[in-house]
Amino acid sequence: MTNNFSFEADKETKQIHITREFNAPVERVWKAFTDSKLLDQWWGPKPNRIETRIFEFKVGGTWQFAMVTPEGQKHWLNAEFTGIEDHKAIITKALFFDGDGNPIKDAPNWYRNTTFASIEGNRTRVDVEINFEAQDTFDSFAFGHGGYFKTGTSIGYDQLDELLTAE
Amino acid sequence: MRRDIFQAVADPTRRAILSLLVTGAMTPNAIAGHFDSTRQAVSKHLQILTECEVVTPKQTGREIHYHFNPEKMKEIDIWLEQLRKMWEDRFDQLDNLLNDL
Repeated sequence: MTNNFSFEADKETKQIHITREFNAPVERVWKAFTDSKLLDQWWGPKPNRIETRIFEFKVGGTWQFAMVTPEGQKHWLNAEFTGIEDHKAIITKALFFDGDGNPIKDAPNWYRNTTFASIEGNRTRVDVEINFEAQDTFDSFAFGHGGYFKTGTSIGYDQLDELLTAE
Repeated sequence: MRRDIFQAVADPTRRAILSLLVTGAMTPNAIAGHFDSTRQAVSKHLQILTECEVVTPKQTGREIHYHFNPEKMKEIDIWLEQLRKMWEDRFDQLDNLLNDL
């Protein structure tokens, strides 16, 4: 069965829309998004993992966790729950911080709106909409903060670059 | 001033300037000839594009030609590809977890 994964980016509005279908009812998917012990098991894309420090699932509460790379580097994130609609939607405002609770200077904020919908066959569609704040967002994400997104997948790009240069 | 690459593509005139420059380097006057905006406005856009490093001004004799820098534009795509991969992997992991719940 296809999971209908889609990832669309609108460069002009700095908005990213991700859709995915899961072969499980909304209650179960919702649980996986709202129970920190479960989040720890899937949120960090391999080879990274996450370490949750604070998890208060309520409006105004925060989810503080570190994305831990295989080399043991930690990138701390703070996500504040700004809106919760039971079994329907989770809205968060996220930022990078230094681990002591201080936001990293010039790091971008971003907003994530996750919605859950029951679909045919007792399955669930999850829609994730990410909005980035304008200034320096791209550079910060792609190249700053110890290369949060450079771990894992970017190794592949480095190898590709080498290959392309060699040819 | 350091700028975000997204700023380069955030404005319709700047996107139009980039499409022009993809076909070849041009002087500010030649670029301005394609738009109804004032020279000053076009020049301001060129300044922003230069700060985003998506175009590079090069002096040839008495004239300055603006060159398109495709490498810089590719950065957006590479980053987005990494982000796409991250979410794909993450959701694949969630699939496995849901099976066990």
